Amino acid sequence: MSAATADPQPLELPSGQTRFVDLVLRARTFGIVVVLAIVVFGTAAVQSRFLDSSSIQFILADATIFAVIAVGEAMVIITRNVDLSVGSVVGLSAFLSASTFQHIPGIPIFAVFFVGLAIGAGCGLVTGLVSAIGRIPSLVVTLAMLYIIRAVDILIVGGSQVTTGQVPRGFLAIFTDSLLGIPDIAIGAAVLVAIAYYYMRSFRSGRDLYAIGSDPEAARRAGVPIAKRVVTAFVISGALAGLGGVLYAVQIGTIDSTAGTGYELQVIAAVVVGGVAIFGGSGNVVGAALGALLLGTITSALYVLGINQDWDEALQGALLLLAISLDRGIQAQLANALRRRRVRLGA
Amino acid sequence: MTSRKTPIAGGATVSAMLPSSADATASDAPVLSLQHAAKAFGAVQALQDVSLELFGGEAHAVVGENGAGKSTLVKILAGVHQPDSGTLLVGGNELVLAGPAGAIAAGVAIIYQEPTLFPDLSVAENVYIGRQPLRRGRRIDHREMHTRVSELLERLGVSLDPDRIARGLSIAEQQIVEIAKALSIDAKVIVMDEPTAALSAAEVTRLFGVVKALRDHGTAVLFISHRLEEVFDLCQRVTVLRDGRLVLTQETATITVEEIVRAMVGRDIAARVHEPHQRGEAVLAVQRLTREGVFVDISLEVCAGEVVALAGLVGSGRSEVARAIFGIDRYDAGAVTIDGKPLRRTSPSAAMAAGIGFVPEDRRQQGLVMDMGIARNIALASLRRLRRYGLLFGGVEQRFAADWAKRLQLKYRRLSDPATSLSGGNQQKVVLAKWLSRQPRLLIVDEPTRGIDVGTKAEVHRLLVALARDGVAVLVISSELPEVLAVADRVGVMREGRLVALIERDDATEESIVAAATGQAPPSGPTKASAL
Amino acid sequence: MEPDANLGAVASALAGGEGSTPQAGPEPLRGRRVGGRLAPLLRWESGLIVVLALVVLLGEQASTTFLSSSYLFSSVFNLTGEVAIMSLPMTLIIITGEIDLSVASTLGLSSALLGYLYNPLGPHWPLGLVFVTLLAMGAVTGAFNGFLITRLGLPSLAVTIGTLTLYRGIAVGVLGENTISTFPSFYTNIGVNPVPGLPFLSWSFAIFLVLAVIFGVVLHMTPLGRSLFAIGANKEAAQFAGIRVKRTKFLLYLLSGVICAFAGILYTFRLNTSVSNNGLGLELTVVATALLAGVSIFGGKGTIIGVLLANLVFAGLQGALYLTSFNEEAFGIVTGGLLLISVLAPNGPELWRRGREGLRRQQRLHRRSTMGKQS
Repeated sequence: MSAATADPQPLELPSGQTRFVDLVLRARTFGIVVVLAIVVFGTAAVQSRFLDSSSIQFILADATIFAVIAVGEAMVIITRNVDLSVGSVVGLSAFLSASTFQHIPGIPIFAVFFVGLAIGAGCGLVTGLVSAIGRIPSLVVTLAMLYIIRAVDILIVGGSQVTTGQVPRGFLAIFTDSLLGIPDIAIGAAVLVAIAYYYMRSFRSGRDLYAIGSDPEAARRAGVPIAKRVVTAFVISGALAGLGGVLYAVQIGTIDSTAGTGYELQVIAAVVVGGVAIFGGSGNVVGAALGALLLGTITSALYVLGINQDWDEALQGALLLLAISLDRGIQAQLANALRRRRVRLGA
Repeated sequence: MTSRKTPIAGGATVSAMLPSSADATASDAPVLSLQHAAKAFGAVQALQDVSLELFGGEAHAVVGENGAGKSTLVKILAGVHQPDSGTLLVGGNELVLAGPAGAIAAGVAIIYQEPTLFPDLSVAENVYIGRQPLRRGRRIDHREMHTRVSELLERLGVSLDPDRIARGLSIAEQQIVEIAKALSIDAKVIVMDEPTAALSAAEVTRLFGVVKALRDHGTAVLFISHRLEEVFDLCQRVTVLRDGRLVLTQETATITVEEIVRAMVGRDIAARVHEPHQRGEAVLAVQRLTREGVFVDISLEVCAGEVVALAGLVGSGRSEVARAIFGIDRYDAGAVTIDGKPLRRTSPSAAMAAGIGFVPEDRRQQGLVMDMGIARNIALASLRRLRRYGLLFGGVEQRFAADWAKRLQLKYRRLSDPATSLSGGNQQKVVLAKWLSRQPRLLIVDEPTRGIDVGTKAEVHRLLVALARDGVAVLVISSELPEVLAVADRVGVMREGRLVALIERDDATEESIVAAATGQAPPSGPTKASAL
Repeated sequence: MEPDANLGAVASALAGGEGSTPQAGPEPLRGRRVGGRLAPLLRWESGLIVVLALVVLLGEQASTTFLSSSYLFSSVFNLTGEVAIMSLPMTLIIITGEIDLSVASTLGLSSALLGYLYNPLGPHWPLGLVFVTLLAMGAVTGAFNGFLITRLGLPSLAVTIGTLTLYRGIAVGVLGENTISTFPSFYTNIGVNPVPGLPFLSWSFAIFLVLAVIFGVVLHMTPLGRSLFAIGANKEAAQFAGIRVKRTKFLLYLLSGVICAFAGILYTFRLNTSVSNNGLGLELTVVATALLAGVSIFGGKGTIIGVLLANLVFAGLQGALYLTSFNEEAFGIVTGGLLLISVLAPNGPELWRRGREGLRRQQRLHRRSTMGKQS
């Protein structure tokens, strides 16, 4: 039997291995839930009032802002980009949307939400267009936008601020309204997350985002309309940051030109902890939202446990590093397992 | 998972599964017709007055040296570039492809040399990206997608789980997925760009079976390759490009290899005559080198003044051994000695200090810093020696590089131009210059002429032999048997991670090497091949 | 390095092969091609010089005091020394294709520890010991970054976002809400007095200039510098050429840590304040400065001259705008705008060409019938 007609072994991956791969990837999202459970019940074991309904309500409501922004940021990061401007968008949107109550008295509250969304979407559109048309790395564009939008915010705000007395009570009450013990805004956020997750899973344009992040060159060859998708991702990220700004106004009530400063880093931390790879192509918005919830829970846990809150930021940083290391470890193990068991054909 | 189909041998199984068209032979009207296409990039005329017709049911080869215009042709068919002038007709209709999506819509599929699948998406999604089957409300129908891809893979005689993510698939497996993708768009034309470059012999056989089945189905296959044996094996007609122009289009049955080569190069290339010379002391001594799962118990000597070639099928572990010797990869057991002194640390800098040079397999990714200037590339491995008082003063790299560029007869415009401005053959010369300028005791060259035009190929072969004559120990890894036979004093054959034969020059024939590489008994006749 | 006579056989081997066409020799290297070689380099730096000139003009228009020594000292050079110093290792890191966003947090941590350790109401360590400790801390923080990035192979953007948070968090944890402002005037005078003999130059900027010369020589005239460009352009090829990529990157991060810790000391003394949010957000300014300097975010390109000029432009612009009625808190527009321009500008001609080609393609598409779907 000469080489030319030697029977090549058929290509086959043992089915058990496929399940293994899938399992590991699904476990990542599940893992956050596990950690969350550990933190919650661990803290409750020491300080039982942590599980009081008011405490849980607060944690959920508090985490909502970051969860909402994290959904948009996750979509951008999945395309192998990053949006550093979300903090500045939050600040701008918070101020402008809250001040519409003064400029347009009697405006219905839901309209203000739209104002915030629109402002954010507009910022995202500019960012996306500059990034896509100028072919500039998003790190740089959004860095610039972070500066520019914040500066615009400063110019508009001047030295003034919006205070709680200037917005309708109903607006602020949104933060505390709840349904069956769960804050309204948390329910809204959960619905948003579900919609976004479904979109990313079952719609062509959603899947395109993963393709772009997984291999931009292959996406180009496959005819994926990269520019259109990336701009859309930035618009959504901006819009959700704008929505976050309105929620900020709802929660904090007093808004000056420093609103939202530093939010971008917290959101990115939440997204990465939530299992979205910083290089794109994998992860999902549910994980990102859970990451935001986890980080917020830890902050509250520290407070309840009486631990000096000064160390909260350090802890979040350590967690982020842990999450990244773990993800890389998992990925390396996976790659090794796949490589070792791949059948060598005819060699 | 459905039952496994019998593996493909010669395409018989597969063609039985694909619906055969009414006439299995090539049809009358061309499926694709490119007429008088021209394309220029700045001052460079990449294609000029190229006309090509593809008929359904034929496999049509396109050959040419690097820079002949093959990749530009592929890009035009892929919709990536638009021709400056000329017309493209698909199925008789004049088309302008607005982009890759346009090509896909027109039924033209491209299988690139390095298939790029999305590593984080599943096999099924890779096949259907952008075109996933939909349910009501424009939602993706995952189940339908899974079913369709399963069917396609079955047709190709391959068992692969459509829901498995693409990360970790071998190149051969990735190509099959790409072909499945082409089938899924009901492609009338499939363009394959150097598909066999990274495949083992068995994988090539499987691929050819698939191509023959596609042909029988009525698809037109455009086959770009440097390997002329494959062209004759697979294709009915061949087109030769040279310097952007079409030189000839002819049936493969009526043309010889020499005629094709002459058309590609424009001159005759005579076979090199090997000159016997003295062999000196052993420079490289590898003792029982082992890396688990990759290669086992490799013992080998390369003496000053000789060229040892390492042959074997792709995947037999040759490059890995070389990389272990050079210190890029680690090994688990065994030893490497240079000039009698053991090489303890596994790092390229230690290997270089001991006098080893290494020309890697992948020129663009490993051998050169493509965006860096030619002079800087040549000097990159010699910087320590070029400095004075710790500093590199003006122009020293340029002069150094200019000297070596002249010796190797490098064709370039300016030494400060980036390496990307050179042809493949000249790029390889830059890599060689980088290592030769260090005057190594041992030079390891992995696939010295992959992707290089015929003319430069001969130059490189002469160079390697001349090096040996000057006392350098040369270890060449090559998958091209004519090359092995042209340069080697001894041929080591590896199979599945082991060194299975060391054949002296006089006994080295294509048959004896292939026999050892595939584990068969050597052909009858006097052989002094020492099996290990 | 003398060419080896033996290997001259190489050339004859190439020429002597049967049937080869006579090869034309390579083009002679025309004399002093230095200008030609430097041409692409000079384009960006020349642009910066022009911008700098405009900045000076702007300042002069706003007020004649702009170019006075005292104003230059107080409102230009004294304010930007630390950022300038940090931009030097940042440049090297970006050239190798990585990034370090933790620089300002290292500065802040160094500042916080300086206050904490020196605090007369606390440990009150002698300043000499404190300085050594802080530089060691910088080495540790830098090495930690380097370890995660080179040993564990984690992406530098994510890692340094993490350490940015971690180090700032430690600063907050150490100092809390406290402020220490009782440093000896001998040191705090660096923020008050200029360098003797050069009344416009602040100590911090003078240190920057010295460091810039050192970094410039290393980057542009040593094998190490060449290796940085190679690593940034193609890491794998650099490895194959014997360059120790991991070790080099690790050392760069270590260096960055030490230098940022040092910058933290300067910053604290200049303001005579140690507080946990010192330097908050400065990392983005440092990155912006490097990008404005022409350092490519993709790695493989950049010059120290560019870094010097970029720092001068930023500092000068800030000082000039302060004299106008421009709201200085909105200086971010300028930073952001400069940043965008500095990355759009190199792409400018390319974008223009693509735009024209796109137009031509549209015309062709309209002229013919088409079946292909627009993407």
